[in-house]
Amino acid sequence: MSSGAHITVRSYIVVFLILLGLTALTTGVAFIDLGAGLNNVAALVIAVLKALLVILYFMHVRTSDRFTWVIAGAGFFWLLILMGGTIDDLVTRNLLPGEMQMTP
Amino acid sequence: MNGLPREHYLNVDYGIRSWLFTTDHKRIAWLYLLSVTVFFFFGGIFATLIRIELLTPQGDLVQAETYNKFFTMHGVTMVFFFLIPATPAVLGNFLVPMMIGARDLAFPRLNLASWYIFVIGGLFTLAAAAAGGVDTGWTFYTPYSSIYSNTHVALTVVGIFITGFSSILTGLNFIVTIHKMRAPGLTWFRLPLFIWAIYATSIIFILGTPVIAITLLLVGLERLFGLGIFDPARGGDPVLFQHLFWFYSHPAVYIMILPAMGVESELIAAFARKRVFGYEFVAFSSLAIAVIGFLVWGHHMFVAGQSVHAGLIFSLLSFLVAIPSAIKVFNWTATLHRGAISYDAPMLYALGFIGLFTIGGLTGLFLASVGVDVHVHDTYFIIAHFHYIMVGGSIMAYLGGIHFWWPKMTGRIYPEPVARVAALIVFLGFNLTFFPQFVLGYLGMPRRYHAYPPEFQVLNVMSSAGASILAVGYLLPLLYLIWSLRYGRVAGANPWGARGLEWQTPSPPPTHNFDTIPLVTDAAYAYDKEPEEVYEFGKSSHA
Amino acid sequence: MSSASPPMPDALSVRAHQFENVEQQHEASWLGMWVFLATEVMFFGGMFTGYAFYRSGYPGAFAAGSNRLDVLLGAINTAVLIASSFTMALAVHAAQQGRRRAIVNCLLLTMLLGTVFLGIKSYEYYEKFVEHLVPGWNFSFEAPFERTAEIFFSFYFAMTGMHALHMIIGIVLLAVIALKARRGRFSAEYYTPVELSGLYWHFVDLVWIFLFPLLYLVGRHL
Repeated sequence: MSSGAHITVRSYIVVFLILLGLTALTTGVAFIDLGAGLNNVAALVIAVLKALLVILYFMHVRTSDRFTWVIAGAGFFWLLILMGGTIDDLVTRNLLPGEMQMTP
Repeated sequence: MNGLPREHYLNVDYGIRSWLFTTDHKRIAWLYLLSVTVFFFFGGIFATLIRIELLTPQGDLVQAETYNKFFTMHGVTMVFFFLIPATPAVLGNFLVPMMIGARDLAFPRLNLASWYIFVIGGLFTLAAAAAGGVDTGWTFYTPYSSIYSNTHVALTVVGIFITGFSSILTGLNFIVTIHKMRAPGLTWFRLPLFIWAIYATSIIFILGTPVIAITLLLVGLERLFGLGIFDPARGGDPVLFQHLFWFYSHPAVYIMILPAMGVESELIAAFARKRVFGYEFVAFSSLAIAVIGFLVWGHHMFVAGQSVHAGLIFSLLSFLVAIPSAIKVFNWTATLHRGAISYDAPMLYALGFIGLFTIGGLTGLFLASVGVDVHVHDTYFIIAHFHYIMVGGSIMAYLGGIHFWWPKMTGRIYPEPVARVAALIVFLGFNLTFFPQFVLGYLGMPRRYHAYPPEFQVLNVMSSAGASILAVGYLLPLLYLIWSLRYGRVAGANPWGARGLEWQTPSPPPTHNFDTIPLVTDAAYAYDKEPEEVYEFGKSSHA
Repeated sequence: MSSASPPMPDALSVRAHQFENVEQQHEASWLGMWVFLATEVMFFGGMFTGYAFYRSGYPGAFAAGSNRLDVLLGAINTAVLIASSFTMALAVHAAQQGRRRAIVNCLLLTMLLGTVFLGIKSYEYYEKFVEHLVPGWNFSFEAPFERTAEIFFSFYFAMTGMHALHMIIGIVLLAVIALKARRGRFSAEYYTPVELSGLYWHFVDLVWIFLFPLLYLVGRHL
């Protein structure tokens, strides 16, 4: 159950500004070579941070009951299952000779 | 009570508008019952055509392309328009509020919308059939479905896409209802196991169905706009399609069996007059099946080009998912031990379920083993396996449930002797149809071919003969259930002397289900007590 | 809910018959919307999975394709959408306090920002059409990514297109809610539709928060 009444307008403003800042950050960092695939990690981490801010504050999950957290988490967790199984297939395809390859 | 109640949900209002605009979950259950029955016999027509063609080794009834349409339409209709909706949308819709002491589902208008969406999706698919059908197999493997097939793929996938939302909304409704609308005193571990099963099924509805929706949408877009995301010639990977497809379609088979297992628990308890042995284990096993069922989809792709690494992981998890199912079978059997068994028609279906589901489930273990699956994949062994579970399991339980709750839904009893005979005919017809297919598959007869080597003919003839018997077994209930609406004996509130909350209100029930909502003081299947001790009407805080 | 009810609905007339009390109805509605959003995560998730699959397989093509997208417009759009989530949160906040005028104004602002987003998106789509980057239509790309960049753009259009569709539905939904708010249908005791619309709108924002870096910021440092 939600009781977002505890979240003040000031909190919303702060979150809004942080979100704008993170957007600028992710855009800027994208143009800098962090090496070794770290750019991907950085982009995802920043996106997850932004998402958490929206979910916890704008969507009132921070002041909601535990079951809301479970539902919110379940969707993302299940998506990870789908992605995990699918990508695992792809990245382990050349473990044995003769397995199907993605042509470049 | 000598006759039917004066006013109940069926006679409270008359006319087609009172049905097409109803928000009463019980009437919506009937709308679904009529729809899924139509689709069942439609899908059955294609099964008949298939079995007629397979009487002879030559492809002499129809051309191969036409035969491809037969098995595709059979699969699409039976999976998406019968098996997935049947028990949840018919029995679930009728029973969930009644079993938990609610006056309706959480969102009645959404419930009606679900039915309309189901029908619209079905009409698209029927239109595709009328326009010439689809020949891709119900699995729509790419790039054949996305590029090369000349049949009505887009129309069919649109129909399935639309119907998927019916599932999603129904699942949403059930989850919210079960969480928020239970009667006072009805804690989770006092719920009937049917409710646990519906809840677990709803989790799959919610998390799985959207994936096939988007996947079929992508196939449709690929067909319409000439994209190449599943076309190997343009860098696409058909195995990606299979991952996305089976991520839903494997859990979908658990959508088809979990509600049936829920019905099974209710039937076994009622006709052994005992609490279900190991109730908590059965309840948690439903959740376990729902969750683990999402982790095994790759066992459909062992020979599709999936990596061996992934194959091994999926194989291991597939062995794991058998465990909660086995727990249920053990617990049902243990419930029967020292029970006061009666052999009414619902119980005959329930007993048949235990045996046939077990056979189907055990053969699933063979298939989970990669080495065996390489040999029998795409043979009749697979077909026999899933028909043992979906027909020998799901449909038997569905029929058992329809018979069991028929008095509650209609206020009348079906003719018991005919019903028992029909159940036996179904059991015999089923085994004669599908057991030979295990042998055929193991001997190497491939699926989805309209012709086969002559040495397979005897077993095929046996199978087709069985199918004709099975058809009789299915037609009989259609006839005598309709007959009973007029001429059946009046049932009274609780003809079986069962303990569920749904039996503590008149048959047929009033629109608002209960005059007052009771306080629940004990768990389900309290056959060691009188119902009045368990359900205290007039004691609860609810109106 | 009867349409003949007085302008300021009292607690009893907003309770649907299947619920025992207004709290139960509110909790059920809240839970229902979250369950629906979970389905939406899986719906978009299928496309994200396909995207991840091909980005793993064709990193070069995805980088090349991404570099053809307009980062500035994408970043501006991201800011626009975040601002619309901000105004939406303010609308719900106003609803909690029963401030009718503020609800309507914040909803209208949200709708306006959403429309700006769609306008910029439409312009981007037009640009892509002119540059021959629409798969299955007029697609052409330089070597060595002639075939595989088309896969990137297929996902670009499918994902942003589905997102845009959800935004259009959201704007229509907000219009309906704003109309109801203007007619005084909500109070501090009952503002569930505003709250649930907010959840939906924030979800659409969430999808874009992931779409922006995944589509626009691939291999920009190369």
